Amino acid sequence: MSNNIKEIQEEIVDEFALFDDWMQRYEHMIELGKSLPLIDEKYKTEDNLIMGCQSKVWVHAEMKNEKLIFTADSDAIITKGIIAVLIRSFSNQHPKDIIDADTQFIDEIGLKEHLSPTRANGLVSMIKQLKMYAVAYQTQLN
Amino acid sequence: MKIAAEKNIFDVESIRKDFPILSRKVNGYPLVYFDNAATSQTPQQVIDAISDYYTGYNANIHRGVHTLSQEATDAYEGARQKVQQHFNAEKSHEIIFTSGTTHAINLVAHGFGSLLSKGDEILVSALEHHSNIVPWQMLCERTGAVMKVIPMNDNGMLQMDQFEELLSEKTKLVFLNHVSNALGTINPVREIIQKAHTKGAAVLLDGAQAAPHIKADVQELDVDFYVVSGHKMCGPTGVGILYGKEEWLEKLPPYQGGGEMIATVTFEKTTYAGLPHKFEAGTPNICGGIAFGAALDYLNNIGFEKIAAYEHELLEYATEKLLEIQDLRIYGISKEKTAVISFNIGEIHPYDIGTIVDKLGIAVRTGHHCAQPIMDYYKIPGTVRASFAFYNTKEEIDTFVEAVKKAKTMLS
Repeated sequence: MSNNIKEIQEEIVDEFALFDDWMQRYEHMIELGKSLPLIDEKYKTEDNLIMGCQSKVWVHAEMKNEKLIFTADSDAIITKGIIAVLIRSFSNQHPKDIIDADTQFIDEIGLKEHLSPTRANGLVSMIKQLKMYAVAYQTQLN
Repeated sequence: MKIAAEKNIFDVESIRKDFPILSRKVNGYPLVYFDNAATSQTPQQVIDAISDYYTGYNANIHRGVHTLSQEATDAYEGARQKVQQHFNAEKSHEIIFTSGTTHAINLVAHGFGSLLSKGDEILVSALEHHSNIVPWQMLCERTGAVMKVIPMNDNGMLQMDQFEELLSEKTKLVFLNHVSNALGTINPVREIIQKAHTKGAAVLLDGAQAAPHIKADVQELDVDFYVVSGHKMCGPTGVGILYGKEEWLEKLPPYQGGGEMIATVTFEKTTYAGLPHKFEAGTPNICGGIAFGAALDYLNNIGFEKIAAYEHELLEYATEKLLEIQDLRIYGISKEKTAVISFNIGEIHPYDIGTIVDKLGIAVRTGHHCAQPIMDYYKIPGTVRASFAFYNTKEEIDTFVEAVKKAKTMLS
């Protein structure tokens, strides 16, 4: 039984709490970006591109055993780290749980400044897109 | 003698004291503001002009007989004269207040709708900001005119031989920026204007990026239209200028209908006011216009020659320091350029660099700078753009270079 979203998010918050300053936290996020489950090149299409980001972010989702598996990529390293953190908490979860999940943990790991909807990095757009996938697949399950 | 000599030295430290924002901190670090090409900072003298207007004589202009209205009208029309003198326009009614460069371009593009017909050609440079592309594309859609592009080369300069080939009797209008916002290239506008005129084509120069650094003389340039934004020249946002030769402004129809722009109105027919009011429908940005005048006073008080010389020093210093960083590439290496450096490092995304240096208190622009055609030319997603103003220092450049090095280490 895999951990639920809340548990994974707490785990991420604990990890980031080990670092004293923003630079180490960013370095950690960049490291997490390297472990991002990469999207298949064939899914790097315009349709899978998230709008509202200054860098390019592609996300793909597929359902396995009623759970959503996300893969993604970005041409910017920090953005790749951000999407990696999100996907780590959302991937391999039931769509309903993804829809209900909150993303307060982003604030707690010191990325609060990225949460403003007007920021060019599009963190808000990423969260929205992941949840949209969950809504779409949830409808299939109903 | 000694005192006189010292007065000639560019005293950046005392200039910096005029800009309250420069003493603030960002993310715990002293602010280093290198995004001047996007908007410039505002000196206390301009802030005071805004405050004086609202505390002393806020009133609607041109129509009131009361004292406040007359004072506000005098100040606003006084600002128009300051603009006229600054750009050396022949007549003050050739100066139209707009909300900014984009508004000014749209006003002209709209007007040309009635002057162009199918098959006419308009020429645009490959170095344009989107705001100097899109209104003309819309114009072409409306009129059936054809837009042709003057190509650029690897150094970010226009290919003048191509320009001459494109130019013909069919060309009705040429529009380009005086200085490229993405690369800082100063375009050979004199030559372009002179050649365009031999074919009877009008020329519109987007001076948004030039005006903060170069004092353009519209009569000497013989340019037909020159447009600028106040907020890039130490003025407030929401105000800009369209300069147009009287003969051209007379030919263009009004852009918007409303108060101020009319002479007489009946339900059968309206006659329009003369210049400049024909193009200034509604209550204008009175305070903005007055404050823009104050900004011009401020800049002229320092002197554009001094500003240009000092900024050039900053540009050379920053270029040299940045190029010491391995794998750093600068885009736009024309000899004639303003204090703008657009660059990338290796395969690092510009957004990543911008994010890290922001954490260190430094403001630069990242992205395509609203000039996607230039980015497409270089096949890059964007650049990091550092743009300097006369209130920046070499010490700030040192701080910036160290921050970029730090970012490079983190991101490689």
